[in-house]
Amino acid sequence: MDIIVCIRRAPTTDARIKPAADGKNYDPAGVNYDISEYDKFAIEAGILLKEKHGGTVTILTLGPSAATKEMRTAIAMGCDAAHLLVSDANHDAWATAQALAEKIKTLPHDMVLFGWNSVDNQSSATGQMVAELLGLPSVSVAVALDVADGQATVDRLAAGGNRERYSVKLPAVVTCTKGLNKPRSANMKGIMAAKKTAVPETPANAPADGVSVVKLDPPPARPEGKIVGKGAEAAVVLAKLLREEAKVI
Amino acid sequence: MSDVLVFVEFSDGAATKAGLQALGAGSTLAKALGGKAIALVIGNNAGELGKHGADRVLVAGGDAVGSYSPDGFARIVAEHAKSTGAAAVLASATPMGKDFFARAAAIAKCGLAADCVELKVEGGKPRAVRPVFAGKALATVEAPGTLWATLRPNVFAEVSGGSDAAPETVPVTFGPGDLKAVVKEIVAGVKGKLDVAEAEIVVSGGRGLKDPAGEGKQNWANLEALAETLGAAIGASRAVVDAGWRGHGEQVGQTGKTVSPKLYIACGISGAIQHLAGMSGSKVIVAINKDDNAPIFKVADYGIVGTVEDVVPALTAALKETLGS
Repeated sequence: MDIIVCIRRAPTTDARIKPAADGKNYDPAGVNYDISEYDKFAIEAGILLKEKHGGTVTILTLGPSAATKEMRTAIAMGCDAAHLLVSDANHDAWATAQALAEKIKTLPHDMVLFGWNSVDNQSSATGQMVAELLGLPSVSVAVALDVADGQATVDRLAAGGNRERYSVKLPAVVTCTKGLNKPRSANMKGIMAAKKTAVPETPANAPADGVSVVKLDPPPARPEGKIVGKGAEAAVVLAKLLREEAKVI
Repeated sequence: MSDVLVFVEFSDGAATKAGLQALGAGSTLAKALGGKAIALVIGNNAGELGKHGADRVLVAGGDAVGSYSPDGFARIVAEHAKSTGAAAVLASATPMGKDFFARAAAIAKCGLAADCVELKVEGGKPRAVRPVFAGKALATVEAPGTLWATLRPNVFAEVSGGSDAAPETVPVTFGPGDLKAVVKEIVAGVKGKLDVAEAEIVVSGGRGLKDPAGEGKQNWANLEALAETLGAAIGASRAVVDAGWRGHGEQVGQTGKTVSPKLYIACGISGAIQHLAGMSGSKVIVAINKDDNAPIFKVADYGIVGTVEDVVPALTAALKETLGS
């Protein structure tokens, strides 16, 4: 199986996010980066498919040159190759999808995996858009994935914990979430191998954004709260406040 | 180009609350643009959407849409986005909307403003405000052409009144054989269980409730009782989900679901930055924690300092009294 895993370099989730001076982007000062959380489940899913069915796992990223660090982490986990489409801009899902789809067309692919949502832009859209551009089936938010006889059986987490089961023909696009697997840590052998693996960088041919940011604001400050009281006896006061002051029950 | 097309989600033959909220938002936006709100329903009787703000109601039914299909639903919405020339195309940011609307926007060669919390008109054009980084920042976005957007549940109000619009049946231009992915069956489903991202009230448990398979058993039963009393969905912190105490579909935060209920009650949750980001858009936040320095109290409107063992059952009893009166 030829498996492609698209991953994103994103600020770590403990990062404090402040608008930059341009008022449109975030200020990168003091921000650390990692593989976007859900993409780790996609990497693990790719490696598990390779271990079961043979083949290769190729990492594909649209991002700055610094993203080779996160890509090498994926290789160290067990992926085989990587391509970086270099761009320093924070593209939206539509521009990202077009750049990725153009590259995927040139690579053999039976399965294209994504994290279901990025922890920064949070559009949960890129995977499905790539599927549409390539004319492939897509199943998003996968919590179970199995491949046999050119078909993928995928369970998707739908509303209220329901699971929808799909059976789709390969090649297919699947976006992955927590619960699908437990992403492994890289071992020393993997880390050494990743150091030796070339990560070819080509300039991204990313088109214009589909939606563009006009401005980025901090969230409105919440009004000062109050401590109602201590222990069980405060519960009666709270119930009254929720009904009469907050009017939410 | 001033009309607004709204995909209204149905479940069990009726429009969902989130679907009617999206229609309400679409109706308000259409008025601001000087156009009409056009509701689009797939595969169901459209009911009386004219009473919920729709000026026109389109119904696309038939064999091809008997079961949910992301590519099938996407084609239908994209076709009607084109035929109506809508300035904005909207859906709810529910698991269904988040799944297929990106495909639909891609067919229309447009981007997607996902999980929006505000719509407005500036310079004659629709703009959307959407949280990024789970709410650590708010981005105002616009599109060069049609604005495609999904709307966060519980943020936009339903509207009443409007038109006596009779449903217009519109053809589906493909057959079941043309679909790439179709739901085959629902497995491990819990019928009628409210999703934490769509619930009006969320009661969340953290590490302070302890292991439900051990000494925390009664705490979790108490939390369930509190949720039941309020008709709330259960949420959980990442620590709780990573420990395997609750399902990952319930995780609230930057690496889980971002929620905006009218009432969020955090029990035994200290308030890591990722969790605070995911729930600070709630209208009213209540925190119950034994540590009066817990960061959760910084975002809470009301706090009780105490153990979950003491406070949660007392709160359930007090609420029963209040709700009963």
